[in-house]
Amino acid sequence: MSTEEKHISTEAQVKQDGKDVFSSSSSSSVLWRPNNVLLKTFLLITCIKILLIPTYRSTDFEVHRNWLAITYSLPVAEWYVNAQSPWTLDYPPLFAWFEYCLSQVAAFFDPEMLKVENLNYASSATIYFQRGTVILADLIFAYGVREMSRTFCKSLNNHIVFVFLSLCNIGLLIVDHVHFQYNGFLLGILLISMANVSKTGKEMTVCAVHNGAMWFSILLNLKHLYVYVAPAYIVWLLKSHCLNSGKFFRRLFSLGLIVLTVLAVSFGPFRTQLPQVISRLFPFKRGLVHSYWAANGWALYIGAEKVLSVIWKHLGWLKDVKSAVMTGGLVQEQNFLILPTPTPIVTFLLTFVTMLPALWCLLCKKPYMNSKAFIRCIVLCALSSFMFGWHVHEKAILTAIISLCVLAALHAEDARIFIILSSAGQTALLPLLYPDNLSSLKLLLSLAYMLSSILILTNHHGKPLLRLHEWLYVIPLPLVTVYEVVLHKLLLGDKLPFLPLAFTSIYCAIGITYCWMLYYYMYLQNDARANERTAEDKSNRQRLKDKQF
Amino acid sequence: MQGKLQLAFITSFAVLLRCCIIYHSHSGEGKPPMYGDYEAQRHWQEITLNLPLDKWYINTTDNDLQYWGLDYPPLTAYHSLLLGHVANRIDPSFVKLRESRGFENAAHKYFMRLTVLIADIFIYLPAIIYFIINSRFWDSWQFGESNIFKFTRRDIAVLTALIYPGLILIDHGHFQYNCVSLGFFVAAVAVVLQDSFVIGSILFVLALNYKQMELYHALPFFFYILGRHTPSKTRSWFHCIRTLIYISFAVLLTFYVIWMPFLKSRDLFFSTVLRLFPFSRGVFEDKVANIWCAINVVYKLRQIFTNEQLAKICLIMTTCAVLPSCVSLCLSPTKNAFILSLINSALAFFLFSFQVHEKSILLIAAPVLLHFHNDPLPCFWFLIISHFSMLPLFIKDNLYLAYIGTIIFYFYSVFWIWPDLFYNDGTNSLLNKDKSKLKGVLLLSIISQFVKPPERYPDLFPLLVSIYSCGHFLIFFIYFNYIQLFVFRKENAASKIKSH
Repeated sequence: MSTEEKHISTEAQVKQDGKDVFSSSSSSSVLWRPNNVLLKTFLLITCIKILLIPTYRSTDFEVHRNWLAITYSLPVAEWYVNAQSPWTLDYPPLFAWFEYCLSQVAAFFDPEMLKVENLNYASSATIYFQRGTVILADLIFAYGVREMSRTFCKSLNNHIVFVFLSLCNIGLLIVDHVHFQYNGFLLGILLISMANVSKTGKEMTVCAVHNGAMWFSILLNLKHLYVYVAPAYIVWLLKSHCLNSGKFFRRLFSLGLIVLTVLAVSFGPFRTQLPQVISRLFPFKRGLVHSYWAANGWALYIGAEKVLSVIWKHLGWLKDVKSAVMTGGLVQEQNFLILPTPTPIVTFLLTFVTMLPALWCLLCKKPYMNSKAFIRCIVLCALSSFMFGWHVHEKAILTAIISLCVLAALHAEDARIFIILSSAGQTALLPLLYPDNLSSLKLLLSLAYMLSSILILTNHHGKPLLRLHEWLYVIPLPLVTVYEVVLHKLLLGDKLPFLPLAFTSIYCAIGITYCWMLYYYMYLQNDARANERTAEDKSNRQRLKDKQF
Repeated sequence: MQGKLQLAFITSFAVLLRCCIIYHSHSGEGKPPMYGDYEAQRHWQEITLNLPLDKWYINTTDNDLQYWGLDYPPLTAYHSLLLGHVANRIDPSFVKLRESRGFENAAHKYFMRLTVLIADIFIYLPAIIYFIINSRFWDSWQFGESNIFKFTRRDIAVLTALIYPGLILIDHGHFQYNCVSLGFFVAAVAVVLQDSFVIGSILFVLALNYKQMELYHALPFFFYILGRHTPSKTRSWFHCIRTLIYISFAVLLTFYVIWMPFLKSRDLFFSTVLRLFPFSRGVFEDKVANIWCAINVVYKLRQIFTNEQLAKICLIMTTCAVLPSCVSLCLSPTKNAFILSLINSALAFFLFSFQVHEKSILLIAAPVLLHFHNDPLPCFWFLIISHFSMLPLFIKDNLYLAYIGTIIFYFYSVFWIWPDLFYNDGTNSLLNKDKSKLKGVLLLSIISQFVKPPERYPDLFPLLVSIYSCGHFLIFFIYFNYIQLFVFRKENAASKIKSH
């Protein structure tokens, strides 16, 4: 056998002397060009998306179909007024215009889906069309990934890791291509603006920054939830673009002009009915948490409340026996019996206060004058708002996860956070796919992504990333899903129906809270670390100089 | 630890890919009165659960053999019985006698899909992984610095074999349990290559008793074992005969255990056997990519010959086609020759034998997957064509979207993870290296779905697909025979001379 092997290998070597080698080596270098990797990964993941077309769709599918119908068949003045379907238009105007453009194409596929009175209409042409638009809109996401990679990734390996982590992100796949939304497209715009804005130093051109600012204000006018990361943008632009240049007012003025222009274009057609539009965009009647608790600080808070109320009941301290059930499915306001009830104002203040230290560092301290600190600040803002915001959806975690991808490809510490955050955050997304026949799919999706991200990042950084207690947290995550899907029914039957979901969100909330605190700590430590590093650099340089002389 | 993590990822990805398919439609979904293979499998659960064992293969009032009568060997029936019990516990209406015909709902579909998935996970995937882990690779080559997963060549071979789309789409889309018989078959090959012939032949008998089509592989098994046990300088008479007796005893015993309930009476046994080999169904059904279907285009076989004459012609042709490869295997029983001979024998059966289904191409694809790492390009090409040859079936089952998704995925992922695929082959002189040859596949795939055939020839595109594939299969048949008979033998001779 061994001789046979040798024979083949010598044959291969002989070949390598010939012309074949040239073609192979040159073609493989062509193969590994960054864009090629991006395109191929995108193509492969698109195939998976195509395979997922016939799976379950949530009501968001009908929501978007309804918006297509509204924008197509009604005059502009009625877009934010029409309430024939319960799923009224509640995204900002640019998104409505986006739907308007899509609806013009949709007319070629199936005109029936564009009638407002056709509620819950889902012909196969409608399904293919709507799914297809999400798949195509992901091209913007791929473009955003490319821009980010050009700005941040210096080596090919970094690039590939980043492309894989972001393009193949399972959370995005679940929310966009099964559940149905357009997050990939929106996050793509976020990435484009982030990439443009962070072109600092010598490359920093006024044009790129203006571009980035424009993209960000477009993003805000597509989905206003991204306003939570705006503080980081404002501080960063003020600091790196306006303050450092010496032309403070001129630059501030031009930035303001860009933002206002986009705002005017977007809201202009609706200037007569602004209050109506605003009331649609900010529905404060909703409760503190969604019907299924997002895995954030409030999930822990409510969990604590539940535990306390059970204890109180045993001790006989509780007068009012009706305990509020908060996973009832309807979006409504809750009353807390023991702990103080948070109001919207409190949650906003809390969110803002928790963002402040990060923003302060970015604004005032010198070591934070680099674009990586800016991205970290965005991640922290997104996490803080996710932790304490009012009526947060579980999908909001994607903003933090996707922004963190690029850093995970660059630094081991960020990679460590990324593994925990993405595993926990994506496990928390899985209950979105509640039909029974999706259980195997969602389990495998999360398992495959967890394994691959651990594998890739560990290989890439060349050392084990997680500490023991973090392993102990991450490894049982698939089991949490198994419990939620199968075990609970087997063990307890129909008793305690809210327990699986509550348990999932509390378990994941623990991990996300841990990530938030650890990342904040690392971010604030950055100051000290950077000081040490510069000191080291100085001494190194000194030594070099000494040698030269 | 590291290597295992990669394998775990590959396995979970392979299962994930299967999971993505299960939401597509199955054969005969919502198409009364006959439905399709999905209904057949459900019906067998119903029959085996509700009727006594000796009525399974016999036409009675409760068991109308015209309506998807059981026509696979007993192991399939036992498997159906097991699943029938599970189905009965979940919801008795799944398998109620006579009333459950054409039963379809979401829960039932998910249940059926899960049964295939579980069979796949527990039989086929471990068999493939076991085979590839134990096969020899001539270097621990990694594909360049950009290999972010740190896959070895072995991992890549596993991945390539596990994501082969033909099997996935037939089992998890169209709905069948090929993964069981193919899994046993692959396990048998792996074990035989480890020189444990007794266990290997037991496993092969299991495969054979799950689907009689495994007979396509029987001859190479026979000749390989025989060839390994012909007495020579290094092997004594006594040793050879003893092992052969052990093997035949094991085979007979396994057969006996599986068939025991059907051996009670002569009639029962013969009626069962007759069900397995339905000669009355004609030389081929639908459009199959084999010789007879291709000849039939210009020369209407069924009008000229009777069924019996056709059967004889098929028998002679098949024997002639199988013989060279088998004789050569018997004379020089090396491991590579064994796998090549499995390919050749199965291809010969597929091309020339009687009553062939288009799905039988999977029986050739399985050994080709095992051969892949020795000769990537032709194998890859074959696999793509084999998947393509089932296109008319997929269109009929409403699986076009899944077909397109999987074939593009497979093409690009294999093309990507085997960067030397199109450049570093020593032996593919017969095949053109140009990948643009595959454009025919793409073109036919697209027009089959989107272009309306002319009214005079409604079957034009399926026919084109099958003729196109048939031509390729013929070339592959010649190529793989050539490799087995000349290239590998020459290498063996060379290595023998060197070692002496």
